[in-house]
Amino acid sequence: MEKTVNQRAWFLVIPVLILVAFSSIIPMMTVVNYSFQDTFGGNDFFWVGLEWYRELLHSERLWDAFGRQLLFSSIILSIEVPLGILVALSMPKKGISASICLVLMSLPLLIPYNVVGTIWQVFGRADIGLLGRTLSDLGISYNYSQNAFDAWATVIAMDVWHWTSLVALLCYAGLRSIPNAYYQAAMIDQASRWSVFRFIELPKMRGVLMIAILLRFMDSFMIYTEPFVLTGGGPGNTTTFLSIDLVKMALGQFDLGPAAAFSLMYFLVILLISYVFYTVMITAEKDEVQS
Amino acid sequence: MASITLENLAHSYHPNPGGDDDFALKAVNHTWEDGRAYALLGPSGCGKTTLLNIISGLLTPTRGRVLFADEDVTASSTVARNIAQVFQFPVVYDTMTVEQNLAFPLRNRGMEASYVAERVGRIADMIGLQADLKKKARGLTSDLKQKISLGRGMVRDDVNAILFDEPLTVIDPHMKWELRTQLKSLHREFNHTMIYVTHDQTEALTFAEKVVVMHEGRVVQIGTPKELFETPAHSFVGYFIGSPGMNFVPVSVAGNNARLGDETMKLTHDYGHPNGDLKLGIRPEFISLTKGVGLPVRINRIQDAGRHKFINAVLFDTEINIAVDASFQIETDMTNVILDPDKVSIFCDDWRIDAQSAGKKDGGVT
Repeated sequence: MEKTVNQRAWFLVIPVLILVAFSSIIPMMTVVNYSFQDTFGGNDFFWVGLEWYRELLHSERLWDAFGRQLLFSSIILSIEVPLGILVALSMPKKGISASICLVLMSLPLLIPYNVVGTIWQVFGRADIGLLGRTLSDLGISYNYSQNAFDAWATVIAMDVWHWTSLVALLCYAGLRSIPNAYYQAAMIDQASRWSVFRFIELPKMRGVLMIAILLRFMDSFMIYTEPFVLTGGGPGNTTTFLSIDLVKMALGQFDLGPAAAFSLMYFLVILLISYVFYTVMITAEKDEVQS
Repeated sequence: MASITLENLAHSYHPNPGGDDDFALKAVNHTWEDGRAYALLGPSGCGKTTLLNIISGLLTPTRGRVLFADEDVTASSTVARNIAQVFQFPVVYDTMTVEQNLAFPLRNRGMEASYVAERVGRIADMIGLQADLKKKARGLTSDLKQKISLGRGMVRDDVNAILFDEPLTVIDPHMKWELRTQLKSLHREFNHTMIYVTHDQTEALTFAEKVVVMHEGRVVQIGTPKELFETPAHSFVGYFIGSPGMNFVPVSVAGNNARLGDETMKLTHDYGHPNGDLKLGIRPEFISLTKGVGLPVRINRIQDAGRHKFINAVLFDTEINIAVDASFQIETDMTNVILDPDKVSIFCDDWRIDAQSAGKKDGGVT
């Protein structure tokens, strides 16, 4: 049968096109526009080409923030993933206690980001905070606003507190989907607890773990609110991550051109890393099926 | 290896079982003799899997004891019991190769590498997986996966028993036959006690020396295939074994006279005067269709099933099936049947009564 060609069908996608244009394409292109120009008061634009990109790629400040960002993401991933798995493994499997656990675990995920920052800011204060006060009473010097190590430790602890439940809940869902026969077979085969984890639970959690790692990577790589409320990027620049740096540049110094170039590169880096990650994930899966 | 004894075994999935209905398994007393091949036959939901899981220690029974030889293992773990079990649906370790899968139970017991290699090679040969040994188990089809599961069940040669829980459900019909033959030869070679759960009577009758029939959480009969066929202890066995199953016709019995509708038939034995819900049971194979002699029937339909023809007829308001050879010519004036008196069984409240225990109500095996 011949297909009828009817170009008028294109009209049907117009509403969506308009929506997408106003919500992403136009704002995005504005940023692109800024990134190639210098602006002066009175909305004077001056074409600079790739100048901002070149400058930023040689800026130590940006590379430092990038390094800190990578370090932060790797640290929280290496804590949250194993911890999340451990929590998921030790959660009750059914009954009322399982429901209570699930609700308690979801609570940190429901708290707005800036509230999380505020909670930890108060929590860590040496004069009135439970954590800060306890530590100083124990004779441990702790001050997240003066000491870089303390600041890092607090930011990491905060992220772990906030997001480990997400990993745990995803893993829990993965674990619950394993048919009981697998555990029974493992018992019959006299497998050790470690073998059960290594050969049954981990392979079956693979899919959800990949999603958890991807989500946690993207989120942590874009983190802004919590460290901004807690440390404001300090002391000095020690907890200034990419997005904090970006906001400083765009709104603090009002360098719109470089900030626009910065955001585009930031966006591309996240896209690139996520894409690489996703591809590795998918091909690994395919290989496994084929081999 | 040892015999396995079940003593007053009962199991309920309810935390606080009340009446009999709460029990998936009701008072089972049975000894599985060392080195025999048993089939555990019964419809879905009759407690077969529960019984297996109790034997292997995956479940702890609500009541009763499990003994291996004379040792009480009711509280022992699955590992301590050293039992192999194959489940209905394939369970493989995805990330391992076929070879590693087969070797897994042996490695867990810390066997020597040379012994492991020898056993794995042997089992792979037997189930026809030799060519796939190096493949990842994950990408295989489900019947290959089930072969791996079977292989893992048979790879240890020091187990107390091998339990099969409907292991051939996902296997192709022609492979089923082959694998069952392999299992039998394995049994002859190693003399493991084998318990093979199935709801397929052909599978049960061809696999086992002794068939244990379960019905609603009870063992209703244990016997050879022949015994089950000829002298079913319970009407359920009569109905479940054979295709089509045994015919049951309401009857009243006095001595060696059976009264069916308004006709009387002589029985070969004296049954006394049994009380209860009485039924006469006869297999379709032992009814012959005649002209004018015997009990009157009305024929409903005739089915041709290759080697046999099955005739569905009505005898005194009860539907019965009659099996005749394919070559048998059915004529329109054949409206009577003769029941072979030697093959007639009398059931009282679903349990078969025999002439010796005449008058007793409960003649079945429990």
